[in-house]
Amino acid sequence: MKLSMWTYEGPPHVGAMRIAASMKGVHYVLHAPQGDTYADLLFTMIERRPSRPPVTYTTFQARDLAGSTADIFKTACREAVERYRPDTLLVGASCTAELLQDDPGGLARTLDVGVPVVPLELPSYQKKEHWGAAETFYQIIRTLAGNRERPAEIAPNSCNILGPSALGFRNRDDVTEITRLLERNGLDVRVVAPLGATPADIARLPEAAFNIVLYPEIADTAARWLKKTYGMPFTSTVPIGVHATRRFLAEVRALAGLPEAEAGDDGTDRMTWYARSIDSNYLTNKRVFVFGDASHAIAAARIAAEEMGFKVCGLGTYMREFAREVRAAAADLGVEALISDDHLEVERAIIEARPELVLGTQMERHIAKRLRVPCAVISSPVHVQDFPARYSPQMGFEGANVIFDSWVHPLMMGLEEHLLQMFRDDFEFNDDAQASHLHAVSPSASPSASVAAEEEDAAPVPAQGTAEDDMALWTSDAEKELRKVPFFVRGKARRNTELFAESKGIHPITVETLYDAKAHFAR
Amino acid sequence: MTAVQNMPSRDTGQDAACRSGQLIRERGQHEVFCGLTSIMWLHRKMQDAFFLVVGSRTCAHLIQSAAGVMIFSEPRFATAIMEERDLAGMADMHDELDRVVEELLQRRPDIRMLVLVGSCPSEVIKLDLSRAAERLNRRLAPRHRVLSYSGSGIETTFTQGEDNFLAALVADGATQPAKAETASLVIAGCLADVVEDQFARLFRDLGIADVAFLPSRSSEALPAIGPDTRYILAQPYLGATAAALEARGAKRIDALFPLGEEGTTAWLKAIADSFGVAPALFDRITEAPRQRALSAMAHYRPWLEGRKIFLFPDSQLEVPLARFLFREAGARIVEAGSPYLHREHLAGELALLPDDAALSEGQDVDRQIDRCLAADPDLIVCGMGLANPFEAEGHVTKWSIEFAFTPIQGYEQAGDLAELFARPLMRDVILSGTRRPAPGGTA
Repeated sequence: MKLSMWTYEGPPHVGAMRIAASMKGVHYVLHAPQGDTYADLLFTMIERRPSRPPVTYTTFQARDLAGSTADIFKTACREAVERYRPDTLLVGASCTAELLQDDPGGLARTLDVGVPVVPLELPSYQKKEHWGAAETFYQIIRTLAGNRERPAEIAPNSCNILGPSALGFRNRDDVTEITRLLERNGLDVRVVAPLGATPADIARLPEAAFNIVLYPEIADTAARWLKKTYGMPFTSTVPIGVHATRRFLAEVRALAGLPEAEAGDDGTDRMTWYARSIDSNYLTNKRVFVFGDASHAIAAARIAAEEMGFKVCGLGTYMREFAREVRAAAADLGVEALISDDHLEVERAIIEARPELVLGTQMERHIAKRLRVPCAVISSPVHVQDFPARYSPQMGFEGANVIFDSWVHPLMMGLEEHLLQMFRDDFEFNDDAQASHLHAVSPSASPSASVAAEEEDAAPVPAQGTAEDDMALWTSDAEKELRKVPFFVRGKARRNTELFAESKGIHPITVETLYDAKAHFAR
Repeated sequence: MTAVQNMPSRDTGQDAACRSGQLIRERGQHEVFCGLTSIMWLHRKMQDAFFLVVGSRTCAHLIQSAAGVMIFSEPRFATAIMEERDLAGMADMHDELDRVVEELLQRRPDIRMLVLVGSCPSEVIKLDLSRAAERLNRRLAPRHRVLSYSGSGIETTFTQGEDNFLAALVADGATQPAKAETASLVIAGCLADVVEDQFARLFRDLGIADVAFLPSRSSEALPAIGPDTRYILAQPYLGATAAALEARGAKRIDALFPLGEEGTTAWLKAIADSFGVAPALFDRITEAPRQRALSAMAHYRPWLEGRKIFLFPDSQLEVPLARFLFREAGARIVEAGSPYLHREHLAGELALLPDDAALSEGQDVDRQIDRCLAADPDLIVCGMGLANPFEAEGHVTKWSIEFAFTPIQGYEQAGDLAELFARPLMRDVILSGTRRPAPGGTA
């Protein structure tokens, strides 16, 4: 049993639903108890789809357990095929139905529904959402494209895009951006799957020269199988960030046999100049903690370090399946990778790293709020505000522009940051107040609020238990001086000073120690 | 399990006696929430309680999908996710649970009441949470109090989760030393704080003392209940809670539910009569708020009068809502669906529904959608899994979960309640560029 405050991924059948809901002509019959239809809301509310997801649930109840839940499943299957007339039927079980062991695959086979049936074995108590999506996508491709002849003549510039799906973080706009980019580079995009694909499209997958894997979490298994079965190569660069986009284009051009070319951005890359302009100077070496799914976390860490000039102080993912890739990226950046799906462990790591900005998922927003650290969302799991109406890709050159804006936004702007360091007791602009471009809050009349905030800063982590011991190390003058350090680097200053004092055997810490440590580490 | 008595009954003999309208009983896909969803409002009502679901990743995902749009610096609910090795052998499940609880209380020592919430997986494998709660209670009392109830989808639908929670609170009270005087009146059912305050003022003015609300705002302010206690339901979904209160000797006051001017007056009147309040005093106290409720309603009646409304099953509030729409807003009720009809508690409500309204219990969602589309209603009251798809097909919908999340009971909210139904119709007019509602009828 595992205590879970927040979970980074849903159960695997939600992954299967994402594939079914991405495609056209596919229906999913899910053996599940009453209530599991909540998952429809992920699509109708969070993604704001205008149609019901193509899923029929058996929604059995307690009284059904005494009778035959297998019969309920068979009836649901028969009625779903009759009503929705899908080209392909997916059948599977949710976590509770898995305990009943009714074998949806076997039952569906005995029904002879007249369309291809893809039985899904998704172990709910071992695997999670992305695995469920990847497995479902792979099984659909095996069933529908398993015995195809590859055409003798295949245009070398023809490719498929694999991975974008319903409920994927900004997948809608990434596909638009990348398709446009590929077409400008002379590529011929044949099938995009699973998003928008029909079973007939899936059958056509082997007719392209190679595959572009935009989201390895969803499409890696399928791409490997297509390579093994049909010899189709696939791309390994995820085009998030300006550098990665250029590398991606070079990789794609090489796979397509196109001549090497200066990967042109057609003037759409504004991120490079924005990051270069002097206004961004103050971003240099700001400490960022990065956490998310594997591809977005790796891409974000590279952008942060190489394109924004941040200092990456932590990098991690909740996806064990891609631990190796994340560890390699972390090693490049000189940090140790955090591989964990335990929200509390991520919280501990963030506290330890004392970042000035957190780039994470919806779940890291909870941590950042608790620690009062600015935060931007870079990866799923996300909520409704990250399915925006406006064009907001993460990939390609426009994606980089979007990333620049959204990462810088939560940070305090340069002038405000300077003035805050100069004048600390302003009634409107002070440590207790948020960055003034974020919230319209008039100054509070109560001085107690700022006292509470100071106390919170002194001991931000009740669970850690060491904060109180540390207090004794500081003289009250030094403690007062520490509070003059701007709040977003104060945690770092505290820790550095304590490390410095410990290494020199200094006790207690005085104002001089504080400045000695400052000189020693130099920000 | 207290929830068992809430399961829809299969007998049909007594339905005809309730009302003459058509009753549809169905079994098929139920597009409803499970009882775990009730944590969404209960965690705010009782701020010193923590809800620990014992279930699967699906349960965790459900709760965070619903609540995760709010950003919590201190979450007030979590899931103990069962894993493969838990399923392999039952023996150590209780040890595992103890360990998880310990981990949780270490992080949140301020929790006063820990509520273990059962789910489908925990019930299918028959993990005995009530025994676990007893055991933990022995270890953690008096600092923390531990309760359990079932919020599983196989046993409960949406608001029935609150029913089971309240029933557990009442049952638990039996083992706790009574701190206060026995309450003479218990108002059962979670109400918005502001609504509670309004009712409390009215009770004071009517001279009714020792009134307690269930649930209380703090886990330590639970009312003591005994044979002198009378109780009234403020919500229609409290079958198990009513049974638990009666088991402690409390007597139910039968009334309409306090929705709209008519419902609120009938509800208060039933209480006043039960406590022997003089009719003249009752009229004097309720006169002004009744007038206010009526004049607030008048703003919205033109939007709802003569409109055909179809209600999908969701919270068991459907029958009282349909009664309000029909009697006070002049709407036409095509069908009122409810996940479960508690015939005794709803008797007064059912008697006031129009004869031509269909009533349905249970659901086969595809067939119900067919019926709904065939009737082509002006407004569809339904869950969020159906709302946007209906809107995209050109229908106007009112998402039903909002009735569990909005102050709608009492006089001062009568206008707000009507507005909840009128708002989507107003919006439709604004966005499609027309200026005024069609007078007294279909658009």
